[in-house]
Amino acid sequence: MATVIKMPQLGESVAEGTIGRWLKQVGDPVARDEPLVEIQTDKVNAEVPSPVAGFLQQILLPEGTTAAVKTDMAVIGDAPPSGEIAPTPTPEAAPAPAPAPAPSPPSAATFSYDKQAGGGVVGHRGEEPAAPAAQPDGAAGGKRFYTPVVLRMAEEHGIDLATIQGTGTMGRVTRKDVERAISSGGAVAPSPSGRGQGAPTTPSPSGRGQGEGAVTAETQRSEDRALTPMRRAIAEHMTSARRDIPDAWSLVEIDVTRLVRYRASVLPDFLNREGFELTYLPFFIKAVLAGLRAVPELNAAWAGDHITLHHQYNLGIAVSLQNGLIVPVLRDSDQHSIAGLAQALRALVQKARGGKLSMDDLQGATFTVNNPGSLGSIMSQPIVPVGQAGIVTMEAIVKRPVVTADDAIAVRSIMHSCLSFDHRILDGAQALQFLRTIKDQLETVEYPIY
Amino acid sequence: MSELSLVESVRVALQEEMQADPTVIVLGEDVGVHGGVFRATDGLQKQFGENRVIDTPLAELGIAGVAIGAAMNGLRPVAEIQFADYIHPAYDQIVNEAAKIRYRSNGTFSCPVVFRAPFGAGVHGGLYHSQSVEALFFHVPGLKIVVPSTPYDCKGLLKSSIRDEDPVLFFEHKKSYRRLRGEVPDEDYVVPLGKADLKRRGSDLSIITYGIGVHLALEASERVAGDGIDVEILDLRTLLPLDTDAIKETVARTSKVLILHEDNKTGGIGAEVAAIIAEESFEELDGPIMRLAAADTHVPYAPELEEAILPNVDDVVAAVRRLAEY
Repeated sequence: MATVIKMPQLGESVAEGTIGRWLKQVGDPVARDEPLVEIQTDKVNAEVPSPVAGFLQQILLPEGTTAAVKTDMAVIGDAPPSGEIAPTPTPEAAPAPAPAPAPSPPSAATFSYDKQAGGGVVGHRGEEPAAPAAQPDGAAGGKRFYTPVVLRMAEEHGIDLATIQGTGTMGRVTRKDVERAISSGGAVAPSPSGRGQGAPTTPSPSGRGQGEGAVTAETQRSEDRALTPMRRAIAEHMTSARRDIPDAWSLVEIDVTRLVRYRASVLPDFLNREGFELTYLPFFIKAVLAGLRAVPELNAAWAGDHITLHHQYNLGIAVSLQNGLIVPVLRDSDQHSIAGLAQALRALVQKARGGKLSMDDLQGATFTVNNPGSLGSIMSQPIVPVGQAGIVTMEAIVKRPVVTADDAIAVRSIMHSCLSFDHRILDGAQALQFLRTIKDQLETVEYPIY
Repeated sequence: MSELSLVESVRVALQEEMQADPTVIVLGEDVGVHGGVFRATDGLQKQFGENRVIDTPLAELGIAGVAIGAAMNGLRPVAEIQFADYIHPAYDQIVNEAAKIRYRSNGTFSCPVVFRAPFGAGVHGGLYHSQSVEALFFHVPGLKIVVPSTPYDCKGLLKSSIRDEDPVLFFEHKKSYRRLRGEVPDEDYVVPLGKADLKRRGSDLSIITYGIGVHLALEASERVAGDGIDVEILDLRTLLPLDTDAIKETVARTSKVLILHEDNKTGGIGAEVAAIIAEESFEELDGPIMRLAAADTHVPYAPELEEAILPNVDDVVAAVRRLAEY
């Protein structure tokens, strides 16, 4: 009895996955529920456990392959794969359509790899259809063949081969391509979890290697960079948000002088007790929660013929990554003290930056908080996430001369808070009620730390 | 410095070694009075006498056996096999005796003999005057095999071979004998055995070759240079022992290898070079190790057929382009 393992659906609206790493090799015994393969999707990396015990008989998708959900990935049988014929994978579960075939395959007699493709140990190109848009090189087949020297140099220099445009036969990444990537600053490989894309491979004029021909000069003027799953996901989400949500925007100016002083006063004790710095974000979240309680229409979603109001406060927290953005969810954020929020946020950010977020960490946000102030922004216009009613930003705290109530001029710490909201669900009055609540909270309330 | 043909460089090397060392003798068919069928020993008998330049009967087994016996007894014979195609009768002596003497006598005897033979095709010699025989000896421990590609190397390598304490097979490509000319120093010098020569530095791919293949490779690399393909050429010079360090170094530089020889492909020197690269330089490879060699057949007499089975410059150019593109 053999079992075909299929690409799982790792979350809502996730249509495909990329094989990150096979944790078992062909012939290995596999226990039930033992991690079998690491799958990367738009936002999450997950280890897929084996549903049955047995031996891994066949790996149908080599590492790096992107395939549609329900594509056959592997076959697990009762016995090791010694000459035994594995079951034919179900044909109807074919991967998504292949891109256009390569222009001119080399003559069959030229290179033996074509005939020998099928080992899948170092990756190869084969006949199997590939997932759409997964091929940075436009080559036929969902797999890329890397020669030994290319693999070795990529590893030595931390180059993410998936981001390199190949100039060899059928778009193969050649040693010279890798050398160019290295000399032009390199495409930094994603962490083992494969989450982010590397630094830009835009070559600097000084970064040219030696002995490059005309082809190189051509490619140095511009280049095509492959989309990482994350980049693609961000693009899709942002496009549909802009298309579907009639958003409006507003801003308030908040005098956070008191908050700045208060935080400074509790900081040493906090640092002492917790071992890490207390940021402003827990205070902002407290204020946002007060705002959401005052304006429940912002903790809501447009559902076509009705509005869904959430009674849970699951806040999406935007976390910038090296080359992307991810929004993990702080569940039941109203159940925490300032210290509790600080700890939960810290754990979430660490998970996000370590590529360790689970699907659960990424689903079900009811409202989103963005903190571009930490990057120096003083005003921004965020895009309302699909399925939510709004997104609020906390901008940089800057010292400004301010005219006080008694017409004096004082130096105060000022921060902007911006709100983008779905105008189908609420109007400006409610939006400003929310922003005023935040302003009031941050200007007057000294939240207990514990 | 003189400009010499390849065959002249052979004669000069023999002459100088015979002058310098009275134990050096030359023997073979027509090497004496006639001066050699290719004139490689022209004038030597006149200069050194019949006792040192010996015309032998037409019997290669005998030539080899006499030379081996003389070598074991203190002389340094240079035996000429008139065409490498006729070395086969001597195979037993060379493989079973010359190659094994040092081992069999536990180092008591050595066998400092050189077997010179013109080899190779391209001169419409047909079945029996065109063969490449290096692979037949390549498998045998105790032998050294040298194939010079230039007059300079030829003189220096032949001197090294004569001075070597063990049996050396010295194969001279007959098509190169007169076509190839080059500067050769008049003074005494040697080219060490076991050292390959980097004929051309390049960055795109390496041609590893020897003998006449070096010249095919040089011409082909000039032709593709205009298209921006930068070819490196390694002349093995000594086939046994192979200069594995030089092979690995060129692979490390270019990551792509075309092995070129005129001998048949199957079981040829190229197979061993490819295996060494696969074993020791696997992580340097950026393409398949390719071989370009003669078709696995005999060398035909008809010029058109001979041309068809031998690798030529066009073939090298095509292979280079394919590999460069890969």
